[in-house]
Amino acid sequence: MNVLTQKELKLKADIIRQDIITMLTQAGSGHTAGPLGMADVFTALYFAGLMKYDPHKPDWPERDRLVLSNGHINPVLYVTMAHAGYFPHAELKTLRQFGTRLQGHPERTRLPGLETTSGPLGSGMSQAAGMAYGLQMDGKKHQHVFCLVSDGEHQEGNLWEAMMFAGKNKLRNLTVIVDRNNIQIDGNTEDVMPLEPLSMKYQAFNWHVIEIDGHNFEEIAGAVGQARAIFEKPTCIIAHTIPGKGVDFMENDSRFHGMFGTADIPGDPPKAEQGKVALAELRTLQGKIRSEHE
Amino acid sequence: MSKDSIHINTHQKLSSELFSDEITLVPNRMGFGEGLLAAGKLDESIVALCADLTESTQMELFKEAFPERFIEIGVAEQNLVTVGSGLAAVGKKPFVTSYAGFSPGRNWEQIRTTICLNNRNVKIIGSHAGVSVGPDGATHQMLEDIALMRVLSNMTVIVPADSIEARKATMALAKTDSPAYLRLAREKTAVITTDESPFEIGKAQVLVEGHDITLVACGPLVYEALKAAHELHKHHISAEVINCATIKPLDSTTIIESAKKTKRVVTIEEAQIAGGLGGAVSEALSTQYAVPVYRVGIQDRFGQSGTVSQLWQEYEVDSEAIIKTVKEIIKKP
Repeated sequence: MNVLTQKELKLKADIIRQDIITMLTQAGSGHTAGPLGMADVFTALYFAGLMKYDPHKPDWPERDRLVLSNGHINPVLYVTMAHAGYFPHAELKTLRQFGTRLQGHPERTRLPGLETTSGPLGSGMSQAAGMAYGLQMDGKKHQHVFCLVSDGEHQEGNLWEAMMFAGKNKLRNLTVIVDRNNIQIDGNTEDVMPLEPLSMKYQAFNWHVIEIDGHNFEEIAGAVGQARAIFEKPTCIIAHTIPGKGVDFMENDSRFHGMFGTADIPGDPPKAEQGKVALAELRTLQGKIRSEHE
Repeated sequence: MSKDSIHINTHQKLSSELFSDEITLVPNRMGFGEGLLAAGKLDESIVALCADLTESTQMELFKEAFPERFIEIGVAEQNLVTVGSGLAAVGKKPFVTSYAGFSPGRNWEQIRTTICLNNRNVKIIGSHAGVSVGPDGATHQMLEDIALMRVLSNMTVIVPADSIEARKATMALAKTDSPAYLRLAREKTAVITTDESPFEIGKAQVLVEGHDITLVACGPLVYEALKAAHELHKHHISAEVINCATIKPLDSTTIIESAKKTKRVVTIEEAQIAGGLGGAVSEALSTQYAVPVYRVGIQDRFGQSGTVSQLWQEYEVDSEAIIKTVKEIIKKP
């Protein structure tokens, strides 16, 4: 497994974002803001040496597990997996098409390397907890289970059942990473159904909590290192992220939770141009590389 | 048996006390508890999960023998099946229990997505199904579970007739590697089979041979069907009785073979007839061998408090109701 430097990680994440826009443009539907916002976390997990995996042996029993609970951000998972070598990069253009292994929401039985099937929210943490519990039963305490959840997903009751279970059983080999981007389909999470104080809620359920900037590779790596070291509790990493990160007109705008290019929004590029503008912005690292503009 | 009695299939090795007052009464959930313990001894990857009902679902036996393989989930049925899915993902064989009203009553979507679509080897045990739960009333009398589980792809659905069959079904399920639902009842019911009786997942058993009408039953009502056949014989009606313990995959071959002989079929179940055994048999026969199918079961109602005999009478699923239905059918031209 190739471990990248900070600078390389930044470039990798940028390319992953470009691939997300390209594949969504090709598919014509899918979610935008979440995948862009989590691109840095996924890049770090797969390319900063934080997770044990072998793309050529997706069923390798010694691997760490990554459970994507909020299945709708799967574009970022697919792109990262392609970059990690799980399947050919060219396959990304089949997203959401008939016969594809890259289903609209992830289906484990179709694509080797996926740990579960998800889409309906709130059930990933329970599955991850079950995996962590089972691994501990077999004495595999160093094999880690990562579960990625969205913030809006915390409105599901099943998730709190899992939180209680993991806290009670001191599942130290379980780390949940919350994509705290504050948006959901109907608007701001705090307007739809307030989640704060989220950190205190996890702590009250006997979890260790770390809050980080979800776009800072050092902080992501540091938090995962700490999570692995924490002995007596499961860990929750609250990753504060910017939805749509990397594309100026998409950032922090709940209208881009879903697919871009579906409506003309005053002040934003026209809908037909949104994909192109987003790509140009990402290719130039938000204008830092001017030659791309010409 | 005298020559006046019904033609009990000797291959079935049924209880010798079938129509006597001496017949043993045991809740079929007991058989599950024994089966899980026995399966647990043979396979250490079997784990047991319960949602705060360890004793009444009879998981207690396993818990005592293998405390390190028992996981208490608390009153959280959604977590029950999803933690089960996660355990299956790392090679465990989870058996998860609660009352059928709560699991699969409350957690259907989690079963659909994380167990069936995800194809994980989790066995869902729903105890206290049917109106025979008795005094607890409608909330605890699960009637829709067969329908709910039967429509899920990858799912096997089993409704054992008695405690011995529940034990065998549990042990057989422990050897399969796909999702399954096992439906159990609360009350003591007649033990009609013996250790020697055949049991196979996906196989319906012809308990009594007859030629006028086919009675296809599942669960504790198989005994009511037997009693009905016994009584009908006195009225010169020869009823074939089939124990259809596996609702899915349905053994349509056995049922069609019988229907070819009798030309009319009655299904008998302690569940909603819509989508239940009655639904399954009707669907199979309508395309493969269309004969009239009459469905004895819960007719689009909820349960209520009462004793088992009061409730079986009220909901018209006991042997009296079966006899009445058969006589009405036979009278038809």
